[in-house]
Amino acid sequence: MDVSEIFSATVIIGVLTAGIRLASPYIFAAIGEMFGQRSGVLNLGVEGQMLMGAFTAFYFTLQTGNPWLGLLSAILVGGLMGLAMAVVSIKWRAVQGISGIGFFIVGGGLSELLFKTLLGEVKVINTGFNPVNIPFLSNIPVIGEIFFRQNVMTYLAFLLVPVAWFILYKTTLGLKIQAVGENPQAADTLGVSVAKIRYLTVTMGGVMSGIAGAALSIANLNVFQENMTAGMGFIAVALVYFGGWRPFGVMFGALLFSMVMALQIFMQVFRFPIPSEFLIMMPYVLTIIVLVLTVGRVRSPSALTKPFVRE
Amino acid sequence: MKNFLSKILYSKRLDGFLPILAALAAFVIGAGMLLVMGTNPVVAYQSMINGAFGNQNALAETAVKAVPLLLIGLGICISFRAKVINIGAEGQMIVGGLMAVAFGLAVEWPGWLVLPIAMFIGFFGGAIWGSIPGVLKAYFNVNEILSTVMMNAIAVQLMNFLLGGPMMDPKQAEALGKLPETARLDAAYHLERLLPPTRLHAGVIIALVLAVVVYILLFHTTLGYRIRAVGFNPFASRYGGIRVRRQVVVALLLSGAFAGLAGAIQIYGLNYRMITDGSATGFTGGAGFNGIVTALFGGLHPLGAIPASFFFGALLVGANAMQRMTQVPSSFVTVLNGMVVVFVVSAAIWKELRERKRRMAAVSETSKPSPETTPPPQESAQES
Repeated sequence: MDVSEIFSATVIIGVLTAGIRLASPYIFAAIGEMFGQRSGVLNLGVEGQMLMGAFTAFYFTLQTGNPWLGLLSAILVGGLMGLAMAVVSIKWRAVQGISGIGFFIVGGGLSELLFKTLLGEVKVINTGFNPVNIPFLSNIPVIGEIFFRQNVMTYLAFLLVPVAWFILYKTTLGLKIQAVGENPQAADTLGVSVAKIRYLTVTMGGVMSGIAGAALSIANLNVFQENMTAGMGFIAVALVYFGGWRPFGVMFGALLFSMVMALQIFMQVFRFPIPSEFLIMMPYVLTIIVLVLTVGRVRSPSALTKPFVRE
Repeated sequence: MKNFLSKILYSKRLDGFLPILAALAAFVIGAGMLLVMGTNPVVAYQSMINGAFGNQNALAETAVKAVPLLLIGLGICISFRAKVINIGAEGQMIVGGLMAVAFGLAVEWPGWLVLPIAMFIGFFGGAIWGSIPGVLKAYFNVNEILSTVMMNAIAVQLMNFLLGGPMMDPKQAEALGKLPETARLDAAYHLERLLPPTRLHAGVIIALVLAVVVYILLFHTTLGYRIRAVGFNPFASRYGGIRVRRQVVVALLLSGAFAGLAGAIQIYGLNYRMITDGSATGFTGGAGFNGIVTALFGGLHPLGAIPASFFFGALLVGANAMQRMTQVPSSFVTVLNGMVVVFVVSAAIWKELRERKRRMAAVSETSKPSPETTPPPQESAQES
């Protein structure tokens, strides 16, 4: 293959298609995390929740042959881990940055333990969420190929973004979430239960992370390996900062990230004359640069990481 | 009787035991998990204890595992005291190791000269990798948790590139397998083995001495005072004339430096070469995260980190023994470690509540009206 072929239409379409697909785990996890942070709780355990979600989704899909049951199990496990994080950070007011690391370690260890005892070796499923062609739309040249021949989880991820936007900005619940994250004292005075809102957002954040794991193991890859998220959960947390705590901002961050990932994979395939390690490094360097550039412009929720105590 | 019980329950001394209670809770839950897995917890824990303390070699292995945990834990004590959450120890350890091994492979000097310089270079490499997120946090307001995670990923790729390319052992470069590892360090450069045939090496002494040094630094120097003050209250510190930003950089720099030294010692004391399996843990063995567990367990106190590192070292060694004896994967211990972190930070609220109870008890004791004569207010003020 010639280097110039990287710029051929097929390759560009391939990169874009893969980039859209790879964005789905980031979008699920980061949108969930965004709601938690908007209400004032930083959940650093996303990586652990994703790994647990990825494992249970894979395991139940393997056992039952039904990816929806797999997805359901990931939702339950993610929700349980989210609830645990909520209790620790809301009721016990533990330092969020550190308790999240604890949950990351638990989730990573537990998913590995379960993988080794229940599966023992890397297995592949063929009953995961396969690509679904949307009637008519998938026949549009180029656009159809890129956007409308994806798997169900990818469609759901991109549908989630406007839904999240609507909930956050156009519903009472969303306004309560924002109030609790900006000024919990005032929200409390107005009769909003700070604890209840935070329990909800952090538990739902866990659910989303669980789904993100499932998107990885039963939709994008159809395989489970120990530590297969390889830092994606932490990147999802970074994407929330990156996207300025706004749903569409988060989505664009996720896309930028996943496009670079897809490009990197293609460049490896085409033996681009740059060591693959440097290509893999790119998204991380990019994240740091973008964090530096965005930090001054957007303000984080005022009560982020601060436990609420009624005075 | 009730009074006696509450005196124990609310005594300040119990605070020190909270981490131990947290570990106990983790072990109890762990026992439940073992039962679910169909393994007798008594047998499993017994095999762990035997594996970690059973004989001279087991003890030596426990100490060997404790060395990187203690060194990284010391760095974590410094950064967490400044309220800077450094989770980049994995990357800092890798960069320290890379620079130290590159030096050792490049020079042909006498061992007594190479060793201290190599240790310093490891220290320095970690400091560089730590100071980047430090500067980003202090001067660009970038969250250090996120930047250190990114720096970890970058360090791993750097390691994979160097060990698979420019720094690869020439023998491996010719071989078919092409294992990503460096050449072996000259025998003259190895840290002394203290108790052959065990692998106990002089790194243990370095780590123990540094624990005392960090204790003095944190609690008996101006620098340590400043670092702790910034963590306690950055606004008051600034008002008091402390350059807060600089302390943040210093805290992350030092924290990284200890992780880098851990990397250098791991190579010069144990493996004599640097090896990767493509992931961070391939070189660090997860010490970057377990070091956090160690520091928290030791109450973020450098001297407390000594027994804590030995404890978690024992867990790691014991886990391998348990895996051999009972087929329970060693990742079981990872779960225990994570739970210890969660419980230790959660226990802080209990400490706080008990502190309040103590204060209330003290107040009610002094202001208790005596049945015979109610003393005038001035007198009660003197009593208290």
